[in-house]
Amino acid sequence: MKGLKFILAGILFGIVMSKSEAISWFRIQEMFRFQSFHMYGLMGTALTLGIITTYVIKKYKLRDYQGNPIIFTPKEMSVPRYLIGGIIFGLGWALTGACPGPMFVNIGLQYWAILIAVVGAIAGTYLYGAIKDRLPH
Amino acid sequence: MLEFLSQPWPWYVSGAVIALVMAILLFFGKSFGFSSNLRVICSACGAGKHVKFFDFDWRAQTWNLLFLVGAILGGFIASEFLSNGEAVQISQATIQDLSALGVSAPEGMQPEEIFSLEAAFTLKGFLILLLGGFAIGFGSRYAGGCTSGHAISGLSNLQLPSLIAVIGFFIGGLITTFVLLPLIF
Repeated sequence: MKGLKFILAGILFGIVMSKSEAISWFRIQEMFRFQSFHMYGLMGTALTLGIITTYVIKKYKLRDYQGNPIIFTPKEMSVPRYLIGGIIFGLGWALTGACPGPMFVNIGLQYWAILIAVVGAIAGTYLYGAIKDRLPH
Repeated sequence: MLEFLSQPWPWYVSGAVIALVMAILLFFGKSFGFSSNLRVICSACGAGKHVKFFDFDWRAQTWNLLFLVGAILGGFIASEFLSNGEAVQISQATIQDLSALGVSAPEGMQPEEIFSLEAAFTLKGFLILLLGGFAIGFGSRYAGGCTSGHAISGLSNLQLPSLIAVIGFFIGGLITTFVLLPLIF
């Protein structure tokens, strides 16, 4: 089955999100209160290795497993879009202690209340799609 | 080995595994960005009939939905088989700040005051989760990505837009933490 590898990658992601405690509301509160290095160390490590990986892929023009070049699409520049959107995201992130990935990982941990947040997130995404053209981008 | 895995993982191990997940997806020819799934779900539910933004070939994104299913399974495996059941070891300062808000010290991964079903089915608890989720969904699509898409993938590619988004994530998070939470609790 072609899709199995994505399920396995997702399982690794779900496990690391759980074992790093990045899915915990408490850890997110601790981060926003600047009272522990944990989340900063976590993101800093992921980012440092991510920058090296991306650099190496570009420098050596590495290809994916099917032999296609690995392409990074530059993001279009805009300040209002990323800043306003980012702030709205952050409001919800600190409130629920979850971003989209951890939200679903929490279902696996059987914190069923998170399903309310998932419904909210889908509704929020839908509203954005519906009023997108009227927002500053 | 299992005992080692069952402890909370140190940040440097976790950070390295997150980078590995990103690298694996790149090697699979995909890019790591979780919130795209929310758009895919809208589209798969037929939202494309009414709203142009959802009118795209979502089946090409099935891989990301499979990744999502894996993430749920990963959470299940971690909690059922790789957990020693200990409470999150957050700093004493955070425990004190939260107790001043009326949130008791961790007994597991999540606070009872928000994540227990009793709390979730009070009006306040329900709205915290629903509106929080709503802001996450709306904001991540508006900003074109969430923590995985911007803070990991985007910043790894040294994208200025991702840095602006991450700064936004923090501004919003600080507003909630220092302004909204004291008002709510």
